[in-house]
Amino acid sequence: MTPAREMSEETVERHEYDVLVIGAGGAGLRAAIAAREQGMRTAIICKSLFGKAHTVMAEGGAAAAMGNVNPRDNWQVHFRDTMRGGKFLNNYRMAELHAKEAPARVWELETYGALFDRTKDGKISQRNFGGHEYPRLAHVGDRTGLELIRTLQQKIVSLQQEDFRATGDYEANIRVFAECTVTELLKDGDRISGAFAYWRENGRFLAFSAPAVILATGGIGKSFKVTSNSWEYTGDGHALALRAGATLINMEFVQFHPTGMVSPPSVKGILVTESVRGDGGILKNSEDERFMFNYIPDVFKDQYATDAKEADGWYDDPDNNRRPPELLPRDEVARAINAEVKAGRGSPNGGVFLDIASRLPAEEIQRRLPSMYHQFKELADVDITQEPMEVGPTCHYVMGGVEVDPDSQQSRVPGLYAVGEVSGGMHGSNRLGGNSLSDLLVFGMRSGVAAADYVRGLAGARPAVAETDVAAAQASALAPLALQGGENPYAIQSDLQQTMNDLVGIIRKAEEIEQALVALQDLRGRVAKVSVEGGRFFNPGWHIALDLRNMLVVSECVAKAALLRTESRGGHTRDDHPAMEPEWRKVNLVCSLTGDPAVEEAVSVVPKPLPAMPLDLLSLFDWTELSKYMTPEELEQLPTKPADATLPAELPADKSEGA
Amino acid sequence: MGYDHHFRVWRGDETGGGLEDYVVEVNDGEVVLDIIHRLQATQASDLAVRWNCKAGKCGSCSAEVNGKPRLMCMTRMSTFGRDETVTVTPMRTFPVIRDLVTNVGYNYQKAREVQAFAPPADLAPGEYRMQQVDVERSQEFRKCIECFLCQNVCHVVRDHEANKQAYAGPRFLMRVAELDMHPLDQADRKDVAQEEHGLGFCNITKCCTEVCPENIKITDNALIPMKERVVDRKYDPLVWLGNKIRRR
Repeated sequence: MTPAREMSEETVERHEYDVLVIGAGGAGLRAAIAAREQGMRTAIICKSLFGKAHTVMAEGGAAAAMGNVNPRDNWQVHFRDTMRGGKFLNNYRMAELHAKEAPARVWELETYGALFDRTKDGKISQRNFGGHEYPRLAHVGDRTGLELIRTLQQKIVSLQQEDFRATGDYEANIRVFAECTVTELLKDGDRISGAFAYWRENGRFLAFSAPAVILATGGIGKSFKVTSNSWEYTGDGHALALRAGATLINMEFVQFHPTGMVSPPSVKGILVTESVRGDGGILKNSEDERFMFNYIPDVFKDQYATDAKEADGWYDDPDNNRRPPELLPRDEVARAINAEVKAGRGSPNGGVFLDIASRLPAEEIQRRLPSMYHQFKELADVDITQEPMEVGPTCHYVMGGVEVDPDSQQSRVPGLYAVGEVSGGMHGSNRLGGNSLSDLLVFGMRSGVAAADYVRGLAGARPAVAETDVAAAQASALAPLALQGGENPYAIQSDLQQTMNDLVGIIRKAEEIEQALVALQDLRGRVAKVSVEGGRFFNPGWHIALDLRNMLVVSECVAKAALLRTESRGGHTRDDHPAMEPEWRKVNLVCSLTGDPAVEEAVSVVPKPLPAMPLDLLSLFDWTELSKYMTPEELEQLPTKPADATLPAELPADKSEGA
Repeated sequence: MGYDHHFRVWRGDETGGGLEDYVVEVNDGEVVLDIIHRLQATQASDLAVRWNCKAGKCGSCSAEVNGKPRLMCMTRMSTFGRDETVTVTPMRTFPVIRDLVTNVGYNYQKAREVQAFAPPADLAPGEYRMQQVDVERSQEFRKCIECFLCQNVCHVVRDHEANKQAYAGPRFLMRVAELDMHPLDQADRKDVAQEEHGLGFCNITKCCTEVCPENIKITDNALIPMKERVVDRKYDPLVWLGNKIRRR
């Protein structure tokens, strides 16, 4: 049967909900719980099976200033660390809400049944992590993400059990549509009215009518060849938002996690948790040198130890020693590793050595890092209690995402929300480890509550789904099946990944980004002619063909924003502009689609001023620190300038940056 | 360093299917899932398979490799001889959707039947206090990645479709045990374990433990202790007397 014939005969499955959550990782599940608790009929749509989302890969923990291990910790310290980690490009309000609300959101998980590791007095234990001043990450060994997603999944089940007792139907108020992919958002005028999707199992289509849609689709890492991200991470939410008229910010900031596996080749990119370093692991080059001491940038030099003695003393006596430089924010460590390998001091397989074996007794390593032990043993024949691991940077997280209102997570489009990795602003130019799981919880809940408020405010005047839009979405989803003799989607995907990896990767320069943009233009032509063998029943070739359109447009956002930002900051390093420039700190680059998306999607990027931090938050930092980030004009506005302070003679350039 | 390896992969759907032969390149360090991906990219673009993390953490890529229930992402090619044919088939206990993908809905249905954590009414969030030693028992079970290999291998349902109705399977009996051993859970789970979730069907052959990719001691640490708890209840003379009196 021809696809056109199938389409004409096909009835599209219809559903009506108050709130539609796209994505079933931590952010989506927390949002759905909040929406359902607000009395909304809620649907969750996920590309994989329920409980398999990328959140399960999170290892280290959820950052929350509970002060269980070091009572000096509080939200102000967490806020400060987050802003420093993001090189002051964060949306201050999001960073503030996150730091204030994270403890409550973590404690709440215990009431859902989560079992975190404990302190001696029975509280939730907290571990050290890069960029966090005090031990702050609530964790369960090195499988915290699994605990988080399972806990939220089980909370959803518990809500369904409540509904079952009341109505006899588990799915009366909250239903999970698993292995279901959204390809388009639907609108009524300016407002969201629903979404169009297909079942992966049989390729049949669904149209959802819903006045509020919460995007919780995660990131874009699958656009890079070496990545810790799974097949799902194709930037769907980013692309859906753009096509619906929303904007993205900070797309040039892509986090390369410093420690991914490098060998054997088939496991390249798989994550090695930062907890290895948090628990004492150190980085060494081929000359057996603990090289991170050479890479402490100027902005952090007061907070990090300059020799091994002080660094090692910190684990037991953090009040009188500074932190080991292995625990610098991720962008710094990733650049340092990259520089060591480039300088010819890498390990045999092109990484560096991460050594925990000489730092902790074998049984302690197995207790604290069981899944790392297992992963290296099974996949690389390496016993991490006996020998060092080989590690190198891997694409891990995108700081950029949908531009949202910090309090409600609503995008520029009424009824459209974004939360977690698909939202932008919270992490600035670089996310601290542990701040993702807490971000999911804090803003997941906020978006669910805000979406419920919005739906109630409509007072029954629901935006309508237009049948012409449903038909158009259907036609576009079927296009790759209809085309004969076009190109193989796997080949296009692989070329896209190689392009982004080579030309818009961890270290960038103008001519390479320009090359990438030309290559992406060429890929756009190829994607338009992609064709798929086989039918609509669980056909991964077809699914990839549909994902390619999203991967392409988000890659273009990354490249275009990266070309414009002529400085180096956090997850954006320009070889040709190695310094961090205070003028650029005041700017967000905003991506949107121009032109008719049906004809030709064109990404436009325009600068926009970053919201200015109010004085009460600024006063949490000392003047000297702010002077490293801010322009002279900004500094003049600050009331707290000490009498003897002088402006630095020249703009601060981190010696590690661009190395 | 690459070489060609003979693979047989089950292709088909609910209406039927069979093993198809492929010769695929294999490189150093690769796992079975890598080879399945190479098949998709080069020879069979519509080959259906589930996977996510490729690191043994999500439990999506469960299948039977040379008849053994395994995660494909954790099965290294170096464990097979170069002339040994590798046969990959879908999990047998669940209905096939297509190729290596099965309908695992049974597991989600059983998950829904286990009563959720019952929190203590008198403790506010933030007031929970538990000792590490007390949470460790349940934590072992919470390592479960829900690959459903234990459900697949358990002969109670693998060989007797009719038992699916009355039997939750090792994964969800372990979930009952996990909640029963949770230091703060308020529900009584012993009777339901036996009466609603079919704990009695389990005759501790330990097949589940053998296939668990997380090395959870499902039988020894969850199912047997749970059986003991049920038995203690049932044959405790004081409980028996109490029940008698209460029933009057």
